[in-house]
Amino acid sequence: MAFTASKDATGVYLIRVEGQLIVGNRQELKTAVQEALEHAERRFVIDFSRTGYIDSSGLGALVSISKKVREQGGELRLSGLNEDLRSLFELTKLDTLFAISDTAERALGGFPA
Amino acid sequence: MTAPGPASLRLCLRRRRVPSASGATVQVSLRVPSDVGCIEEVVDLLMRHCCSDSWLCRRRRFNLRVAVAEALANAIVAGNREDKTKWVEVQAELRGDQIRVEVTDQGPGFDPTLVAAPIDPEELDRPNGRGLFLIRHLVDDVRFNPQGNSICMTLLRH
Repeated sequence: MAFTASKDATGVYLIRVEGQLIVGNRQELKTAVQEALEHAERRFVIDFSRTGYIDSSGLGALVSISKKVREQGGELRLSGLNEDLRSLFELTKLDTLFAISDTAERALGGFPA
Repeated sequence: MTAPGPASLRLCLRRRRVPSASGATVQVSLRVPSDVGCIEEVVDLLMRHCCSDSWLCRRRRFNLRVAVAEALANAIVAGNREDKTKWVEVQAELRGDQIRVEVTDQGPGFDPTLVAAPIDPEELDRPNGRGLFLIRHLVDDVRFNPQGNSICMTLLRH
């Protein structure tokens, strides 16, 4: 997995995940979000439009990240899940836990001004 | 046949075609080190040798990939505790209209009936425990050996 992080004009922290989010690399993403939280970032979008696969450990990492962000008074949105990945979120009912948008742009626009 | 690859990976693959009443049966055996970094390559190998694009539709190929990856992760992390001196044995068999994959670790085993459903509202924000749930919902049949250190998954072609 590789990921890129950037901040949009409104200050939302956007992380794009490339490749796979799996048991062998989930910690990298958790660390990236944790470091951003420590730098006072509170609004996050994690985009999966270039992600082929998320395993159950990756799903669990997203649950942990979401919890940490909420505990800090922040908000996390997900975007860009393909049909297969979305089916995993639906199967595990995690689609009820996360705000999920079709595209990163829509997710970024979903935060209150 | 031994799969080429980095020496450190030490994947051991044996593939054979066995004549049977229902047509040629492909059997693949893999001996996998207890390293989560091997999972992707093992899944790729199995799919390549047992399950061609034409044999299984895209969605069910995805289901099989997820189920095998989750079983391997469970075996390596929960079963063998990532102990590099232990191995995970994988046996796959393509027979007629079904593929069967058995994943066995060297751990003490567990009782699969005690694993809570991760979709209960109070369990939703748990960071783990979704692997077995996914397996059960993505393949057609799941069985464990009495010790609980071996899972056998069957996916029908239909």
